[in-house]
Amino acid sequence: MDRVSKNPPTVEAAEKKTLGRGVFRRCDNCGETLKAREFTDNLEVCPACGHHFRLSAEGWVEILLDPGSFEEHDATLASADPLGFVDSKPYPERVRASRRKSGVDDAFLAGSGRLLGRPVQLGVFIYRFMGGSMGSVVGEKITRMFERATERGEPAILLSASGGARMQEGALSLMQMAKSVAALGRLRRAGLPFVSVLLNPTTGGVAASFAFLGDVNLAEPRALIGFAGPRVIEQTIRQKLPEGFQRAEFLLEHGMIDRIAPRPEMRATIARALGHLLD
Amino acid sequence: MAHLDFEKPLVELESRIRELRSAADGDAAIDAQIAELEARASTLQQDLLGDLGVWEKVQLSRHPERPYFLDYLERIFDDVLELHGDRVFGDDPAVVAGFARLDGESVCVVGHQKGRTTKQKQHRNFGMAHPEGYRKAQRVMELAARYGRPVLTFIDTPGAYPGLGAEERGQSEAIGASILAMAELPVPVIATVIGEGGSGGALALGVAERVLMLQYATYSVITPEGCASILWRDGARGPEAAQQLRLLAADAERLGIVDKVVSEPVGGAHRDPGDAARRLGAALRRELGELRSWSVSDRLDRRYARFRGIGQHA
Repeated sequence: MDRVSKNPPTVEAAEKKTLGRGVFRRCDNCGETLKAREFTDNLEVCPACGHHFRLSAEGWVEILLDPGSFEEHDATLASADPLGFVDSKPYPERVRASRRKSGVDDAFLAGSGRLLGRPVQLGVFIYRFMGGSMGSVVGEKITRMFERATERGEPAILLSASGGARMQEGALSLMQMAKSVAALGRLRRAGLPFVSVLLNPTTGGVAASFAFLGDVNLAEPRALIGFAGPRVIEQTIRQKLPEGFQRAEFLLEHGMIDRIAPRPEMRATIARALGHLLD
Repeated sequence: MAHLDFEKPLVELESRIRELRSAADGDAAIDAQIAELEARASTLQQDLLGDLGVWEKVQLSRHPERPYFLDYLERIFDDVLELHGDRVFGDDPAVVAGFARLDGESVCVVGHQKGRTTKQKQHRNFGMAHPEGYRKAQRVMELAARYGRPVLTFIDTPGAYPGLGAEERGQSEAIGASILAMAELPVPVIATVIGEGGSGGALALGVAERVLMLQYATYSVITPEGCASILWRDGARGPEAAQQLRLLAADAERLGIVDKVVSEPVGGAHRDPGDAARRLGAALRRELGELRSWSVSDRLDRRYARFRGIGQHA
């Protein structure tokens, strides 16, 4: 199924600031008002200040893979309600509402495709679906992605954008960390590369499982990346966090990621890394 | 002895029994009174347990007198040799790792360690490990693998520490790497949740082909307080969140997250640490006896399949 052509790159509703019937858009970062087309043409990066706004999962597929090469897998996997979890509303209701709003069934898009001609397995978190949280469906899709890559002898590329494990599925969500990482272990044993791309934000159980286990770890400029969220840390240590803490640049400085790649260079950076490992 | 609110009637009754006993001195009438009080204490204990709600059980898993990893270590094992440090940055007292003998055979033991006194609690950082703790664990487990020693882990943590230094030194990477390392260990691995099984910090020591859980332990994706603070911006509503999270041993067994629940002495492990250790020791011996007979490839496949099957989707 080719859902990319039907869903061109979009931004999160909250970040969309369009003026004059969608013709102009004001950058939330630098305040510059530019033609909306200039943002979309520039892959949701502000042409004036270079701020990276969130690109949808579908948008990532479009900018990374060769046109028409994407074939989605496991699109119909849907979450159950194993705990009977109720907060302000029952979990199944929350999922239904999120489906209506996001147009997708859960928080992960997986498929096969070609990256500059090379067959790859690609997976992207869908942040607009419950904050990209990882429950049974996301864990299963990632595990299958690694297994498919291992079977087919293809590299795996995973773009993370997630607040972490999905609370509403309790410890079953936690166990998805072990399940997916174990599948990654098999990919490694098969001698196949895994490129992990950390987008804004990558925290909690997603950060603390496969996201840092890439053969090569890449990140977008200024992406928030960490184990604990900034609010939790501030509450724990009872002090304000320094400017730039847990940003991609901070992680690069502390040796946790290999490179920061601006969005227009991401495809070429991934391709070069795979080339060095495989060709 | 420190106790929880719901234990108060029992603790009071028991202290009366102790007083009477010290005063009895062979007096038959007092002996009879003691016997009666003991019967009442036993009934009261059963009643208290029967009535325990989810939150009371969460409190039991964090009971200030609950046996910690080192309490089990000294009771179940001999010749304990602790090994320190991650060889990179430092030694994290919130994780204890090393070797010990179980019926004469050397095994690798790794676990979270909480402190009992205020000073010990600070020293052990309340059982909340830094990256160094997980890297030490990984180092010692991989050492065990090189010498064919089984690995037994003991989980008891509210979660990995969320602090500045932990982030700077790669808390996420340390946990992820430990999970991966455990998935690949060629030796038998048994993990036991002995107290709090808190989130990724617990799972970092929890990848095994057999996962056990003590009766009053918990295993959760997030602390009830943390869950409440995210859902309702109010950490004080932890008891409500605990209801939703299905974090008790019976829940974990039903969901396939743990394989076996090890029963505790009446009233909880802290009521009789010696008995609790005997029960856990017996369970570990039983499991280990079975796991030792598996081939390496069988073991890796079964450990993989164990986690591969966890999750529910339509």
